[in-house]
Amino acid sequence: METKSGLLYSDDHEWVRVEGGKAYIGITDYAQHALGEIVYVELPAVGDELNAGDVFGVIESVKAASDSYLPVSGTVLEVNEALSDSPQLINEDPYENWIVLVEITDKATLDNLMNEQEYKDFCSKEA
Amino acid sequence: MSDPKKTSLYNAHGRYGGKVIDFAGWALPVQYEGITAEHEAVRNNAGIFDVSHMGEVEVRGNHAMEFVQNLVTNDVSVMNENQVIYCLMCYPHGGIVDDLLVYKHTNDFYMLVINASNVEKDFQWMKENIGSYDVELRNISEDVSEVALQGPKAQEVLQELTDTDLNEIAFFYFKKDVKIDGRSCLVSRTGYTGEDGFEIYMKHGDAEHVWDKILEAGKDKGVMPAGLGCRDTLRFEANLPLYGNELSSEITPLEAGFGMFVKLNKPYFIGKEALEKQKASGLKRKIVGFELEGPGIARHGYDVLSNGKNIGFVTTGYSSPTLKKNIGLAMVDIEYAELGTPIEVQIRKNAVKAKVISRKFYNKNYRK
Repeated sequence: METKSGLLYSDDHEWVRVEGGKAYIGITDYAQHALGEIVYVELPAVGDELNAGDVFGVIESVKAASDSYLPVSGTVLEVNEALSDSPQLINEDPYENWIVLVEITDKATLDNLMNEQEYKDFCSKEA
Repeated sequence: MSDPKKTSLYNAHGRYGGKVIDFAGWALPVQYEGITAEHEAVRNNAGIFDVSHMGEVEVRGNHAMEFVQNLVTNDVSVMNENQVIYCLMCYPHGGIVDDLLVYKHTNDFYMLVINASNVEKDFQWMKENIGSYDVELRNISEDVSEVALQGPKAQEVLQELTDTDLNEIAFFYFKKDVKIDGRSCLVSRTGYTGEDGFEIYMKHGDAEHVWDKILEAGKDKGVMPAGLGCRDTLRFEANLPLYGNELSSEITPLEAGFGMFVKLNKPYFIGKEALEKQKASGLKRKIVGFELEGPGIARHGYDVLSNGKNIGFVTTGYSSPTLKKNIGLAMVDIEYAELGTPIEVQIRKNAVKAKVISRKFYNKNYRK
């Protein structure tokens, strides 16, 4: 399982890349492995105002649909449209292929997230 | 929950990188390399499945034929020795206890192959219906290992391991004591994928050897170990039903679209009156195929709508690996069952447009 430095991680296996007041969000390598081949991604609408813990998207593998939970509170600025046609990009490179970009509306929600080492430890306990 | 039971191939699944899950109380691989790769291997070459979780019941005795004939919807009386038929087993009200394969050894010896999740229920049901029939039932489910070798190259691969000419085993027939690399197996030309192939029953002690030899023989022919994940996508594309999805105690074989396996001209079988009545009065609902016209994947249990009104439910749905389309099977009210009818599938917040299509998603590639 790969992780990437400089990202924050949630216990639902999403990653967050903070850039100023904005954050790119995707799912981790651990998550894409667990899901298997991704065949469909349901994206939120631009402008959706969501709280940390809300479902922001649904990722579907051949077998099942899994909800994705927003790790921070924010307003959706952009969605990664490339995933509509090529959902398997998440399998190929889960850290390059972000799912949504949000304007962070509550910075305090970042405090609940893990750094890379904490996330590695978390995953080794889950396995 | 107790720990899931291990088949005699449990260690092999580990060796081949299987991702093991609990399925109907058995530790079985949902996939090895990946569902799509395994699905394609079965369609194009061949795949081997561990199906040791399937249940087997032996019926022996003077009235074995009459007992089975009473129990199932299809006509057992016309079977040849060494023939296999597909049947439904119904309750008196016409709902389905299980679907099964009936293997006829002789008029006084049959083997019934039933679903893993239904073994206890089915065996109980069979015992309750012995009545005055002179039969003895044995649940041998845990004494038998079974693998399924499925795909257009199945025969070519298996032939390398046996002196029995596999052409002697016709579609839905079986042969006893076929030696596969020296191990005695019962081999039938049956399966659950829509491809040609074999189901191979053997002693536990022979399973891992047979498994390894088949994969070795098939290595250069693109044969792969295949898991439960693609078993479901394959059977779905071939319009083969799954108990708990298309079939249940609340669904009759006629509603499920399997009337061809219900022989109402038989003098008697459990459920006959209810099914006759249902046929005479006309179906009120039935299972149809559909294709989504908007984004999303329809899943088992999702509501089906017409202009916002609930008209049924999805029984199985996938992004079809072979057809690359988002398709499904759904039980719908009869007035929406005609080909081309516009319907909607409720996928989370969205009612996604769909239309009724033929259930023949994939043309079965049997060798008959």
